[in-house]
Amino acid sequence: MFITVKGERKEIADNITVSELLKLENIEMPEYVTVSVNEEFVQHENFDNVKINDGDVVEFLYFMGGGK
Amino acid sequence: MAFSNEQLERYSRHIILKEIGVKGQQKLLNAKVLIIGAGGLGAPAALYLAAAGIGTIGIVDADKVDLSNLQRQIIHATNDIGKLKAESAKESMQNINPDVNVITYHEFVNSKNILQIIKDYDFILDGTDNFPAKFLINDACVISKKPFSHAGIIRFQGQLMTIIPGESPCYRCVFKEMPPKDAIPTCRQAGVIGAMAGVIGCLQALEAIKFITGTGKLLTGSLLTFDALEMNFHKINLPKRNHNCAVCGDNPAITELTDYEQPACDL
Ligand SMILES: [Zn+2]
Repeated sequence: MFITVKGERKEIADNITVSELLKLENIEMPEYVTVSVNEEFVQHENFDNVKINDGDVVEFLYFMGGGK
Repeated sequence: MAFSNEQLERYSRHIILKEIGVKGQQKLLNAKVLIIGAGGLGAPAALYLAAAGIGTIGIVDADKVDLSNLQRQIIHATNDIGKLKAESAKESMQNINPDVNVITYHEFVNSKNILQIIKDYDFILDGTDNFPAKFLINDACVISKKPFSHAGIIRFQGQLMTIIPGESPCYRCVFKEMPPKDAIPTCRQAGVIGAMAGVIGCLQALEAIKFITGTGKLLTGSLLTFDALEMNFHKINLPKRNHNCAVCGDNPAITELTDYEQPACDL
């Protein structure tokens, strides 16, 4: 199936969860990453059971604390 | 208030813009913008906002200029080392534009002083370098219904979003709670490319100017990220304001400010 991750369309295996996608994308410290699927946030406790579907738009949002 | 000949010339490149014009420039001259942090993000934002003729600019910082700041904090110069950053910033802003009334605050924001400091301003820029301050600014601005620009930078990356309390999602709608201390590196620990502060600080200044003049579309409801290594800007559309948000939700748990401490990291 095809999904859009960080604005880029890519092919991934069917039937994967948010947790599995985070691993595939080599996302470090996923416990501190906010994930949205189709402009809805996925709660961290649901990363293991929310499935990614064909055509989904997935975004990863990271903490950035610097500024000075 | 009529423009002087000098002002007509100084702001001619604004006045010629159909989106700004005489009316927009008048709004800028009447506006009050607060910049929290006279550092990497605050420096370019303060310079451009002063140059743009923002009538009143507040600048909050208790730090003194240090040699390691000068790689990115372009509002300060080598001979400013040891001066209070707020005062050094004020001098630079008034050298650029004597029209601007600069108000300095030689303190860091905390739960006791922030509501009083932000009270008189139309728009606020978060140029701080730590999560307790970023969460405090979000919560204080939401509680006070003050529009503001949130931003963060690290290494070759930066991001920002604009928040109109009660309308657009707030920082806490996206990031519910502070990460543990040292879980997410700071610029001191991880480094930051100086020009990144310039890019993101300038974008914050643009948001302030757009808000004041009512020009264009604000960065509300989305988070703009910039990756300098890939040279890629990416705008993430956010879910609508979270009705269960701890501070901007319909029944907020946070109605009073406390000083946030970052929980210790168990890593
Ligand atoms: Zn919120």
